[in-house]
Amino acid sequence: MRRIYLDNNATTPVLPEVFEAMRPYFTERFGNASSIHHHGQETRAAVENARESVAQLLGCSASEIVFTSGGTEGDNLAISGLVAAGDHVITSSIEHHAALHACKHLEEAGCEVTVLPVNGRSLVDPADVKRALRPNTKLISIMMANNETGVLQPVEEIAKIAAEAGVLFHTDAVQAAGKVPIDVKRIGCHALTISGHKIHAPQGTGALFVKKGTQLRPMFHGGRHERSRRAGTENVAGIVGLGKAAQIASNAFARGDEKKMAAMRDRLQQGILAQVDEAGVNGEGAARVPNTANIRFDHIEGEALVIALDLKGLAVSTGAACSSGAIAPSHVLVAMGLRPDQARASIRFSLGKQTVEEDIDVALSLVPETVARLREISPRYSAPVKVGSQE
Amino acid sequence: MSGGVDSSTVAAMLRAEGHNVIGLTMQLWNQRRLAGREGMPESVQGRCCSLDDVYDARRVAQQIGIPYYVVNHEERFERDVVRPFVEQYLSGRTPIPCSLCNNHLKFDQLLVVAQQIGADRVATGHYARVAYDHDRGRWLLKRPADVSKDQTYFLFGLTQEQLSRTLFPLGDMTKPEVRELAHRHGLAIAEKPDSQEICFVPGGDYKRFIDAYLAEQGESLPDTAGELVTTSGEVIGEHHGIHNFTVGQRKGLGVATGSPLYVIQISGASKQVIVGGDEHLYSRTLRARRVNLIAVDELQEPMRVAVKIRHRHEPAAALIERIKTEPTGEDEILVTFDQPQRAITPGQAAVFYNGDVVVGGGWIA
Repeated sequence: MRRIYLDNNATTPVLPEVFEAMRPYFTERFGNASSIHHHGQETRAAVENARESVAQLLGCSASEIVFTSGGTEGDNLAISGLVAAGDHVITSSIEHHAALHACKHLEEAGCEVTVLPVNGRSLVDPADVKRALRPNTKLISIMMANNETGVLQPVEEIAKIAAEAGVLFHTDAVQAAGKVPIDVKRIGCHALTISGHKIHAPQGTGALFVKKGTQLRPMFHGGRHERSRRAGTENVAGIVGLGKAAQIASNAFARGDEKKMAAMRDRLQQGILAQVDEAGVNGEGAARVPNTANIRFDHIEGEALVIALDLKGLAVSTGAACSSGAIAPSHVLVAMGLRPDQARASIRFSLGKQTVEEDIDVALSLVPETVARLREISPRYSAPVKVGSQE
Repeated sequence: MSGGVDSSTVAAMLRAEGHNVIGLTMQLWNQRRLAGREGMPESVQGRCCSLDDVYDARRVAQQIGIPYYVVNHEERFERDVVRPFVEQYLSGRTPIPCSLCNNHLKFDQLLVVAQQIGADRVATGHYARVAYDHDRGRWLLKRPADVSKDQTYFLFGLTQEQLSRTLFPLGDMTKPEVRELAHRHGLAIAEKPDSQEICFVPGGDYKRFIDAYLAEQGESLPDTAGELVTTSGEVIGEHHGIHNFTVGQRKGLGVATGSPLYVIQISGASKQVIVGGDEHLYSRTLRARRVNLIAVDELQEPMRVAVKIRHRHEPAAALIERIKTEPTGEDEILVTFDQPQRAITPGQAAVFYNGDVVVGGGWIA
C-alpha cells in the first residue's frame, strides 16, 4: 500500500542529504567535541560549522545559538532560564504544552502568569499584551506559528511592546522555522526556540537563540558546554544533521520554494472544500505558514477519520501528537472559540519538503469519500439500545 | 484488546488465519481520577484502561503485526455505565455495569467505530458462541464450551444486528487451552492473571468508589439513611445508607439477634432495609423489565426455560410469560421458578436459557 505522509507538523523525515552529512559522525568521526586531540578537533569543527548554519537561518551570530535536545527543552530553558521567583510572565492560551506547562511550573515556583486569550482566528491581540504588563513583568512568550493551525502571530508588534516596556520576549518558532524566513533582529526577540525534527533533521535535536547580553539560567548543570548555558556532551551527529537541515532550509528560501509549498497546500485545501460541504479551515483569514491546513469536517469524529485514512495509507492527525488519546479536545481550537464537537471534528494536514503533487492527488481522492462514509454511518447504526438503562 | 490473555489470543488467532485484523483498545475510564481519594487506592497499576494494560495490548499488536489504535470513549462510559452504577446503588438496586458496558460500549460504540474505519466485524475475547440459525432465520447467542467462564449472562442485551457483526473465537475453547495458544503464539501476556472485578472499582470496594466519585463530582451523598426493619414490620435498628446493602447480605447489618439475619429487600422509596431469616430470601417469581429476546422474535406463548438470576448461579428451571404491567402498560416477563430461588436481587439480570441457547434476558424489577 502506498503511504502518503501529511503529518509533517508532528515530525518530518530526515532528508537524504541530512542523513549523508551525519553518516561519518557515528563510526568515523566520533570524538567528544570537547576533547583536545584530533578526534575532538574534527567534531568540534563540525559542531561549529553547524552552529554557523543555524545562525544563518535565524539571522543571528553563531555565539547566540545554544544547541538543545529539541523544542520542549528549548521552551523550558528559555522560560525557566529568563525568569525568577516574583516575576510576571505573559503568554497565550494557544502555546504548545511545553511552553504552557513550563509557565505553570513557574507559577508553582512563585511567579505570576497571565495567559492571554486569542480571537476566532487564534490571533493574540498586541493590545492585550500591552494591557497585561505589570511592573514586575519579566518575560513575554508568544509562539511564532501555531503547530495545530499554522497561524502566524504578530510577533514583531509584540516584540516592540516588550522593548518599550523593557521586558524580554521569547518566541517558540518550532513550527515557523524552515517554513517562513526568520530574522531575529527584525523580529526583535531575545530568545527563539527551534526544533530539528520539524525541519528534516533528526529527533532529539534543536536550538535556542539567546540574544547577546541576555542572562539565561541553565537547566542542566555540569560542564561548560554551550558557553555554560547547556551542559552535556554534544550530540555531534544530530547537530551536524541540524546544521545541514538549516542550510537546506536557507537555500530553499533563497529559491522561493515556500511559494510552491503554499500552492500545494492551497490545492489540497481548495480541493477538499470543493468536494466536501460543511467543512471549513480553522484559522481562515489569518496569515499561516505555507504547509498547514487545519480543516473542520462537521458531524464526524476526527479520531475515526484519522484512523480510517491511516488504514488507507494517508497519515494526518487531529492535532498535536503529544495530546493523542487525551480526553479534552485541542486547547488551541477551543481557545479559538470552536465547540468541543467542532474541535474533535478537525483534522490537520501538514506538508513537508518531501511532499509531491502526487501526494496531494491521492489525498484529494481519499478524504472526501472517507468523510462521506463517516457521515453516512449515524452515531447509532442500529436500533436504539433497548436494554440500556436498568430503570 | 484489553491487554489480557483472552482478547490478545483472539487477535493472534485471527491474524494467523489470514484475516485483515485491526487492534482497538477502548479507553473508557481514567484510573487516576479517583486515585487516593476517600480511601481509594493511591496507585492503580494493571487495571483495565491503565497505562500498563494499553501498553500490553499495543505490544501484542506489534508482536503479531497488526495496526493498533486507542479510541477514547470515557465520556460515554461515564454517562452510560458509571453514572447508572452509582444511581442504581443509591436506589437500592445492585447493578451489573458489565452488561451496560457490553450494551453501550463494546457492542454499540465499538461497532460504530469499526464500521467507520471500514471493518466488517468485531471480535472479542468473550467466552460465548454466536451462530446463525437458518431454520429460525436468527442469530443465536450460545453458552461456550468452557461453562465455568461463561460470559453470556452479561451479553443478554445483544441485538440481531450486533450479533451479526460479532465474532467470539474463544467460544469452543477452555481457558487452559486459550493460555496454551497464547504461549504457542509467543505472547508475553500468556500468564497474565485474569481481572475478576469491576474494571473501574479497583479493590472491589464499591462503597468507597461511590463516595469518592460523588465527592469528585462535587455532589453530596444523598441521605438514604433509614430504618432496619424485620419482615413483620418491626423496626430493629438503623442504617446509614441503602447503597451499603445488597439482597442476601449477612454482614454489616449492625444488629445481632439469635439467628442469622439477611437483607431481604431494600426500599429506595422508604429507605428501609428489610431483614429476615434465611427462609425469607426465597421467592418463586420475578418480573423482568426491558427484555431483549435473541433466540425468538416475540414471546407469544409461555415458554419453559432455565433462568440465571446472577452470574454465579446455576440456571434454574422456570416458566416465562409475557405480562403487561400497570400502570405503565410496559411489556414485562414474569418468571415463575419450579423451585424457590434464593436472593433474587433487583438490578441484576434474569437471563433465560434453552439448553445452551440464550433465549434472552431482562432486568430484575
